[in-house]
Amino acid sequence: MSTLRQAQRAGLPSWLRFVAPVVVGALGVAVWILYVDVLGAAPRMLPSPIAIGNELVLRWPIIGDAIMITATNALVGLLAGSLIAIALAGLAAAIKPIDGMLVPLVAAIAVVPIVALTPILNTMFGASSQFGRQAVAAIAAFVPVFVNVLRGLRQTRPVHRDLLRVSAASPLQEFRVLTLPTALPYLLTGLRIASSVAVIAALVAEYFGGPADGVGTAIATYAKSGRAALAWAFVAGGILIGLVFFLVTSLLERLVSRRSPV
Amino acid sequence: MSPATTTSAAAVRATGVGKVFPTKAGEVVALTGVELEVRAGEFVSLIGPSGCGKSTLLRLIADLDPASSGELSIFGKPAAQARVDQDYGIAFQQAGLLPWRTVASNIGLPLELHKVGRAERTARVAELAELVGLTEFVDRYPDQLSGGMQQRVAIARALASRPKLLLMDEPFGALDEMTREYLQSELTRIAAETEAAVVFVTHSIPEAVFLSDRVVVMSPRPGRITDVITTDFGHDRDDALRESPEYFERVTAVREALHGVKVERANER
Repeated sequence: MSTLRQAQRAGLPSWLRFVAPVVVGALGVAVWILYVDVLGAAPRMLPSPIAIGNELVLRWPIIGDAIMITATNALVGLLAGSLIAIALAGLAAAIKPIDGMLVPLVAAIAVVPIVALTPILNTMFGASSQFGRQAVAAIAAFVPVFVNVLRGLRQTRPVHRDLLRVSAASPLQEFRVLTLPTALPYLLTGLRIASSVAVIAALVAEYFGGPADGVGTAIATYAKSGRAALAWAFVAGGILIGLVFFLVTSLLERLVSRRSPV
Repeated sequence: MSPATTTSAAAVRATGVGKVFPTKAGEVVALTGVELEVRAGEFVSLIGPSGCGKSTLLRLIADLDPASSGELSIFGKPAAQARVDQDYGIAFQQAGLLPWRTVASNIGLPLELHKVGRAERTARVAELAELVGLTEFVDRYPDQLSGGMQQRVAIARALASRPKLLLMDEPFGALDEMTREYLQSELTRIAAETEAAVVFVTHSIPEAVFLSDRVVVMSPRPGRITDVITTDFGHDRDDALRESPEYFERVTAVREALHGVKVERANER
């Protein structure tokens, strides 16, 4: 009886929790097909999901290439931005005056409309270089990682610090045994947020010029030339990049933060 | 029996120890003129109301804070040296276990920090787990244990480097009464087995009387020692002791010392 009550409290059984969103998604697609193909009432720029699926399969070689370009830009930006953020957060946590100098600066960076910098960066580094896009992704990824790592480095509890002091641990041992493991879940939360932001930044940056490749450029081009189904197929490609980035970082985060503090 | 240092020097000797905390509103005297000697193997409790400096005194002994005045020696050494040499183990009110480490890995942490070899460490951890009765739980994580079990892990960790002095800051303060009494009995057994001296901070009179050879009574503003009560219960302490007349007599003596006057009992009014 108690197990029954537990199951009720937990809500849906596990298989249903997995199947329910799939069913809702399938229903959505069915309504979409009904609206576009059966009723024929949709505007021209909203093609049928079947047409989009066909384009996705048919044009996969070029969509795949575009995905690789945009994903690489996002990944390079994410890694560079995160590494710089980790290094600076470490400095800020260790040295008080640096903390005082950096934190207002980061707050300023956080409110800069980063994507809007792209035309300037493209002009600075040349229209054939991916650097401007990668830099935009890096700046976008930097902020959440910096904020979270800095917070994580400050989460060590007094009782743990006392414990390491009475154990006569060296500063390096304290960092390895306490500070780093305490900060790790915060770093991964930062990375998870930064991964989505980096993908969006890399993709949207393509709307503002630069080389004529990538998912964002393709969406803009095909939308303008009226090839709606192909434009939507590229949107699906963009969604794919975002999903992969999010899933990988979520998985990492879950692996690391299995144990909540006592 | 034990190394020369433990027989020749007291486990703890405090002479005129004081502690002053500077605050914005001026200096706060947390402790003044503390004279205390804890013999090797002796169990001493520090008891008193909040703000009497009992935890502060323990932190000074542990070299977690420096004393403002007076002299403090642990087995004849300055407190800082005793800390580096791992002459004492300590347990706090919060178990303070690292949540991402297993029970075994938490117990072995002090040994790991002092580069004790893996084989020796594993053997010692098994021994300690047995001592605190957690052998079956060494592979668990702290959040899978009850509060009492976590506190036993903390005690095992404190004993890892075989210290001859154990410092405890209200280690059972957050536990329920049943678990508390059980762990008190366990602690008297562990202290007897390891022959370690214990300095035990508490605000519970029955706990102090049950555990200690001597109960040091402290009073606040400024924190100081006002009385020392000897229990003379010997080494064997079991639940029968909790109901003996001698026990109640000492409890009354400590209570009176804490209140500073003879306490009027209900049946004598």
